[in-house]
Amino acid sequence: MMTPLNGFLFISALLFAIGLGGALTRRSAILVLVGIELMLNAANLNFIAFWRYGPHPEALTGVLFVIFSIAIAAAEAAVGLALIQAVYRHAKTTDVNELDAMKG
Amino acid sequence: MVWIVRNLWLIPALPAAAAAVIALSRQAQRKLSAGLAIGSMGISLLLALIALAHMLAQPATEYVNFRWIEFGSEWLKFGWMLDPLTAIMLVMVTLVSLLIFIFSVGYMAHDENFTRFFCFLALFAGAMLGVVIANNLVLLFMCWEVVGLTSYLLIGFWYHKPEAAAAAKKAFIVTRIGDLGLFLGMLWLYSLSGTLVFYDNGAGCLEHAAVSAMVAHAAALGLTASSAIGLLIFCGAAGKSGQVPLHVWLPDAMEGPTPVSALIHAATMVAAGVFLIARMYPLISATANGGTSQALEVVAWVGAITALFAAFIAVAQDDIKRILAYSTISQLGYMMLGLAVGGVAVGIFHLITHAFFKSLLFLGAGSVIHGCNGEQDIHKMGGLRKRMPITFATYAAGMLALCGVPLFAGFWSKDEILHSAHGWNVSAVPYYLGAAAALLTAFYMTRQVAYVFFGKNRMAAEAGAEHADEHAAGHAAGHGADAHGTGHGVGEVHESPAVMTVPLIILALFATFLGFVGTPAWPWFQAFLGGRHAALDFRAFAGSGILPLMAISSLIVFAGLGLAWWLYGRKPIESAEATDALARIMPGPFHVLARRVYVDEVYGVMVIGPARWCARAMNWADRWVWNGAVQAVAGLVTGVAWIDSSLDAAVINTGFDRGCEGVSRGGWLVTRVQSGRVQSYLRVLGIALVALVLFLFWSHKG
Repeated sequence: MMTPLNGFLFISALLFAIGLGGALTRRSAILVLVGIELMLNAANLNFIAFWRYGPHPEALTGVLFVIFSIAIAAAEAAVGLALIQAVYRHAKTTDVNELDAMKG
Repeated sequence: MVWIVRNLWLIPALPAAAAAVIALSRQAQRKLSAGLAIGSMGISLLLALIALAHMLAQPATEYVNFRWIEFGSEWLKFGWMLDPLTAIMLVMVTLVSLLIFIFSVGYMAHDENFTRFFCFLALFAGAMLGVVIANNLVLLFMCWEVVGLTSYLLIGFWYHKPEAAAAAKKAFIVTRIGDLGLFLGMLWLYSLSGTLVFYDNGAGCLEHAAVSAMVAHAAALGLTASSAIGLLIFCGAAGKSGQVPLHVWLPDAMEGPTPVSALIHAATMVAAGVFLIARMYPLISATANGGTSQALEVVAWVGAITALFAAFIAVAQDDIKRILAYSTISQLGYMMLGLAVGGVAVGIFHLITHAFFKSLLFLGAGSVIHGCNGEQDIHKMGGLRKRMPITFATYAAGMLALCGVPLFAGFWSKDEILHSAHGWNVSAVPYYLGAAAALLTAFYMTRQVAYVFFGKNRMAAEAGAEHADEHAAGHAAGHGADAHGTGHGVGEVHESPAVMTVPLIILALFATFLGFVGTPAWPWFQAFLGGRHAALDFRAFAGSGILPLMAISSLIVFAGLGLAWWLYGRKPIESAEATDALARIMPGPFHVLARRVYVDEVYGVMVIGPARWCARAMNWADRWVWNGAVQAVAGLVTGVAWIDSSLDAAVINTGFDRGCEGVSRGGWLVTRVQSGRVQSYLRVLGIALVALVLFLFWSHKG
């Protein structure tokens, strides 16, 4: 039985899975960051879906949460890109497999 | 207390300090070392003369005692004393030493170890003076041992000669046998009297209270304790003074340089034993009833036997110094006899006169040896009378004094001994032994003088290539500085330099005239030692059979002189190879005497042989028994240690290593997890998330 909520949750899960897969498999740091953004947005989608089909849709809690989340994601993307740029300047690469200086 | 008594210690301290300075100076500083030794001896002589003057002014026994070491509740007291005996000995030792030091400058001039020689001489003189002034048997014993040590060092002065090294060892060991007795006597004396200080306000061991306690105390074998202790002390004195049977070291000691023979083995050190008996006389002579103590009887017999025995051996010796050595032993026997039968003054009087004429004879012999380029065999000398006139004149004075020709020093002192022995209340035999020894003394001295100074010079007769070779090989190597013919024509007999003849002349004056201080008519010496006043009284000759005895002893002396002259001097000895006149008459006894009555051989068989055998057995036991036991224990320990070590290596170490490897490998595994790759961390995170979701999912279902 496919309800609208289930559909949203399905799409959200799919989106999260795609983001996770990208984050795990991509070798470019930027694409890893993109995967993380996708996972974040899957979570945002969940917030909106649970709010819209939840018991109290009149209160704007979900929207508010998502707006905050997007703002934080934007900031995080800015910080992440700045980090990647700094790492590139230092190591001349953005391949995460080669950035293993912290290994034990 | 007057200054000289308080500072009496300076007399031995100065030569000892000089010896210390010389020991620290370099070998090349000959003038410094000789100057120091002679200078310190000169100052000591002055101090000794001051001490003698003090004693002459008021004869007394004065002493200084001070506490030195505390052990338990007791204090070991040290100190020095001055009495007429000490004063006389101090003057004699310092004067003779000074003259011999001066003589040595000439005699040792060519020796490379000149400074060492003077160091030892000065140390010896200091120790000898210490023996003389000691007011404590411990201090006396310490100085006594230093005297023994320097004697050892000086006899072995030419230590590259095997005979000298052996003689030094022999002297040291034989005197040590006597010293063992002395040491036991000291211990016994201490256990009985509680002190070893001689004079200490009535508490000393030679003072009345202690001596009478020891006389009352009976030891074993019917001896009183005082006599037993006296006999033990006499052992030490016999070792030092070469009494039979401990005389064997003294003739061998002639391997040392001749001044050493003169100083140590004629004048001073051998007199130390006689002096010790004189010092301990209150103890040794003590008896309950005023008779002759048992110890003194032994001393008298040993002295008389030594006097005769050594005189016999001296008759058949060929070496100029050996004759004098046996003569010294014989005279030391006289001194012991004199002490025992006549008291301190009789023995010490002969000691003093003997010190002068015997050091004169030894220095004269040194001068002869020096002049003959190291030759010591009297058969090879001869005719030196004209070539060495000063040496001959002084030697003759010494020889006449030793023989006891009337009016010479030895006559008075020896006659006094014979007189006392004649009046001895125990036995008359020592007198006859002494008289026979007097005959032999005159005989062997005349024989020696006839060989050395009269007849033809037999050195020149055999001079030539053969002699030069023998001289170079045998004497230059063998006799060291005794053979210092360098600088003189080899084979040319010459008179010695003034530095050697002047001491001879001074000593000759003493040997001739010293006897007049102790004649029966004016017994100043005896009175001085006894603390009495002497008056000139020619009537003394008439009393108690003195004149007949003097006539008899003079007769004996002239008989000895005449007999020897008839045998040796009547017609000049032609060749060095000629048989001894006495050996022609009595070849058997002469041979035995020439071999010194086989005493050394007997000791070799009886003492040295068993000792060597014992040493060999001990060596074997040590090598096989004890070493085996030690080796077995060591093997056992090594085995246990090996087991322990392998256990350690196999079990504990391996276990520990494995443990460490495990930890290390574990660590390695964990480090694999921390790869440094962000995505692998994220992957773990993802897997964990999936696992969590599945877990929640299934737990909701169930």
